[in-house]
Amino acid sequence: MIIAIPAEEKSLDSVISVNFGRSPYFCIYDTEKQQSTFIDNEAAGRPGGAGVEAAQNLVNQKIDTLVAFRLGDHAAKVLSGAKIKVLKAVNLSIADNIAKVLSHSLEELNEVHPGGINKG
Amino acid sequence: MKIAVLSGKGGTGKTLVSVNLAAVADKGGYFDCDVEEPNGHLFLKPSLIGEEEVTSLKPVVDMDRCDGCKVCVTACVYKALAYIPGELMIFDEICHACGLCTYLCPQQALKETKRVIGTIRRGGRGSLSVHTGKMRIGESTGVPIIKKLLKKLDDDLSIIDSPPGSGCLVLETIEHADYCLLVAEPTMFGAQNLALVHELTRVMNKPAGVLLNKVEDGLNPSELYAKEHDLKILASLPYDSYAALESSNAELLVERSEKYRTFFLELLKEVVDEATLAAQR
Repeated sequence: MIIAIPAEEKSLDSVISVNFGRSPYFCIYDTEKQQSTFIDNEAAGRPGGAGVEAAQNLVNQKIDTLVAFRLGDHAAKVLSGAKIKVLKAVNLSIADNIAKVLSHSLEELNEVHPGGINKG
Repeated sequence: MKIAVLSGKGGTGKTLVSVNLAAVADKGGYFDCDVEEPNGHLFLKPSLIGEEEVTSLKPVVDMDRCDGCKVCVTACVYKALAYIPGELMIFDEICHACGLCTYLCPQQALKETKRVIGTIRRGGRGSLSVHTGKMRIGESTGVPIIKKLLKKLDDDLSIIDSPPGSGCLVLETIEHADYCLLVAEPTMFGAQNLALVHELTRVMNKPAGVLLNKVEDGLNPSELYAKEHDLKILASLPYDSYAALESSNAELLVERSEKYRTFFLELLKEVVDEATLAAQR
């Protein structure tokens, strides 16, 4: 299983970014290899469409599960279309959240907020 | 003469000034370009003559042709597209209808169809025509609505009520204007936004003057800005709770008070004179 988590810093001790589409980094964790990598979120600086782009990039990474605090409806649609499970993050480090995914103690994230729209 | 009324910051009195100028002119056209929340019609109460829809193009996909190459997804500047196995998702509200995806698709799987993004209402109030653009909630841009709204600009006299800010919508609004009347309030924030729209008028080579609104005793940062930047102050309106109350009841000040009728008649003359002078330069 491959897990993605929006990260404030490139470290397993980092807190989870409150934002999905504009998170600075994503932690990608491969449970079989027990390996974590951190990727830059190319969508972070976008005025609009950040959620869609970030979701597309995670689909390309072939992740199975996303752990996040909140999610916009556009991103949610892309992720659910790609059958990616979205779990509700708890206010702990990335490493602790990964442990909670593995012990099945995170709830599913069901509520989404309206996606941000560029008012340019 | 086409006069655009703008301010940068919202709530400085663009619509108050626009509708009262249009009402004392009693000819030509009033154009409400604040398509996200047009409210000039509440004051002018026009009879409705006609309503038309504004459409924008949107891409639709033929999944039998799409081979999932993601050329469109990568190319889209606004990130309105996503590809998941078996499905190309298109987010209409993010799409700016630029047509790039359709143009680039190697499989010709995309084509453009029309989609309603807003409406235009045209009406009348005596000899004044009243034009209102309204954007559908959730749309990404009202630019096509403003473009269509301003096709009926009256060369004799048009008062163009701009949206707030200094972005794409305002740029579109003042493109055809002969003169820009900048409405500014006496706050630091007001002065900052005055500076932004003033810069926009300079970039677009539009002559401009300022109306100081809600003026009170004491320091006026907008007045200081105007003086420092050689921006002509056409008039000052003192803060007046009577004016605020009448406006909150959607009343036209020029119909309720002789003092305001005189003020706006003089302002109209001043603005038209300034615009005429600028056109001769």
